[in-house]
Amino acid sequence: MTTLDLDGLIDDPATRIIVCCGSGGVGKTTTAAAIGLRAAERGRHVCVLTIDPARRLAQAMGLTELDNTPRPVVDIKASPGSLDAMMLDMKRTFDEVVESHSDPERAQAILNNPFYQALSSSFAGTQEYMAMEKLGQLRAQSDSEGTWDLIVVDTPPSRSALDFLDAPERLGTFLDGRFIRILLAPARGAGRGIGRIIGAGFGLFAGVLNKVLGAQLLSDLAAFVGAVDTMFGGFRERAEATYALLKDRGTAFIVVAAPERDALREASYFVERLEQDGMPFAGLILNRVQEVRAPELSAEQCLAAAERLEVAGDSPITVSLLRLHADRLRNAERQRRLATRFTAAHPGVPVTEVIALAEDVHDLDGLREIGGLLAGN
Amino acid sequence: MPTSDWPHVMLHVVSGKGGTGKTTVAAALALALASGGRRVMLMEVEGRQGLAQLFDAPPLPYEERKLAVAPGGGEVWGLAVDPEEALLEYLELFYNLRRAGGALRRMGAVDFVTTISPGLRDVLLTGKAVELVRRKDKMHAKPYDAIVLDAPPTGRITRFLNVNTEIAGVAKVGPIRSQADGVMAVLRSPKTAVHLTTLLEEMPVQETADGVRELSDAALPVGGIVVNVTRPPRLDADQLALARSGDLPVDEIRRAVLAAGVGRDTDSVVAALAGEAADHAARVALEDTERLRIAELGRPVYELPFLASGIDLGALYELGSRLKAQGMA
Repeated sequence: MTTLDLDGLIDDPATRIIVCCGSGGVGKTTTAAAIGLRAAERGRHVCVLTIDPARRLAQAMGLTELDNTPRPVVDIKASPGSLDAMMLDMKRTFDEVVESHSDPERAQAILNNPFYQALSSSFAGTQEYMAMEKLGQLRAQSDSEGTWDLIVVDTPPSRSALDFLDAPERLGTFLDGRFIRILLAPARGAGRGIGRIIGAGFGLFAGVLNKVLGAQLLSDLAAFVGAVDTMFGGFRERAEATYALLKDRGTAFIVVAAPERDALREASYFVERLEQDGMPFAGLILNRVQEVRAPELSAEQCLAAAERLEVAGDSPITVSLLRLHADRLRNAERQRRLATRFTAAHPGVPVTEVIALAEDVHDLDGLREIGGLLAGN
Repeated sequence: MPTSDWPHVMLHVVSGKGGTGKTTVAAALALALASGGRRVMLMEVEGRQGLAQLFDAPPLPYEERKLAVAPGGGEVWGLAVDPEEALLEYLELFYNLRRAGGALRRMGAVDFVTTISPGLRDVLLTGKAVELVRRKDKMHAKPYDAIVLDAPPTGRITRFLNVNTEIAGVAKVGPIRSQADGVMAVLRSPKTAVHLTTLLEEMPVQETADGVRELSDAALPVGGIVVNVTRPPRLDADQLALARSGDLPVDEIRRAVLAAGVGRDTDSVVAALAGEAADHAARVALEDTERLRIAELGRPVYELPFLASGIDLGALYELGSRLKAQGMA
């Protein structure tokens, strides 16, 4: 098994973007933050984009304002490096996209439309799409202003592997679908009413929708589609640019997992999908691995010794400690079996294991400790 | 056997942060409710086929299928609700528009409408659950004694259930609006309880607290909290205190380790055991803090243990019987 050389990766000036992906609850956000801090303290100018950090982690990084803009993280030992961090505001990012692609009047019409509001706040994939959109913006800003030379991105806990890779495409397909084109026809036909559209299919369709949803809904929908039409080109272009950016050699994907069956199954999907898309994949970080001290004491040996002491009525606390040790060994063995299964299926993948810490990270020292573990020391 | 804490509830909605095992808990609850000869419907709405995976069955169609039998002759049925199918069914049921539905689907309209308008999608999904709650056969008997809904995660649950408000933004009048009102009436009634699953970790507990607050603010009935994957402490309270403060009786442990003949280097064995005890004590202290935060929410709390063997049908029965023993069913 090869080890992921994190310091080699973050010290290489050619590394411009690191994307941390994985299922929910495996410590992905913490990992992204720890990588960002370590890189900054090793001299990089880093921006960390987090999606939904735990409250204490956010506080540790000084993320108190949700204003969709990177803010400097203070109290780091980064000279000449620097660290900025931000939390993604999905809706605000979407609004900004709309504003930058339309004149103010049209933008306002879109922002007020109930369908836009539904799409921007809860369409499956919007968060993924906006995370990638924000990444594109940050990268453009760092290219033009020289603000950052490394961007570390946390990704939303996708339900299915790499929704964020598919999101731009999905949104594009969705907005470009046949149905939308039918709805768009009247808008393009010099502002005639939607009911004037010819074609039995549409008449039937409009009838049904009017009946079920009410006429207001249909006209809102037509207005939305008409307004959004002008942005299509922009959406597509940006989605393609972001995808190209992800595929670039300056990007490194890190898959984060925990040694549990479901998380490793997800990690397998991620690894396979990244390889299939030819994405630059750096390796796997296996978080929350059970640490065993004195592994040479086997579980059986400890349980037998505990039994002997218990029968003799000797030192109850030693009995408990031996059983605790056996418990940890068994858990570690179970995790080892799961990890072995993963490496057997993906033999070339570099893996770094990080032991489970007793406490959640709540300050920069905690993040620094994790950064050290990630780098293998 | 204690009596159920939820004797009047027919619709059990199970939510929780992703990764806390809400599908497992929903399935265990369904088995618990079905035990003793009752018929329970277990529904999923996220198109993940999580139930089929859990019960090791082929993918579920949009069709009510028997999934498992419960102790004492009960039955658990399964249904994977698909929003498109639900829309077509709705059109047929209320407007006799099955054929039109087919045409709509070919145009991509069904996909479009169910995707872009999440309020509409949600009212179709919750509407199906409510239909099952209300359903009666020709003899006016209820085909299911209870419905368990494996619902979207905590972050989205209030939006998902609060269909009335969500749909108000897009459909101000019309039949879909009346449908939403009818669904809402059942969801807000004592027939419904929204249970939340969590782990003894900071983030999931925080999300649970947020979820309880949001549900209450939306006047939706908060049910119990299921603490999943718990591990009993291996040391008693006094031992944990000693381990935490670094006051373990090292001389006694050294003597006992030597007497039991464990390991070659007794000092390093003692140091390792003491270090593990300190880790364990820190972990238990953290879990106790989270338990307190959960208790402060003032809801009935149920605990399920970590099962080293993993989750299979046998494990679901065990978890179900534990929920029943604690009064969740």
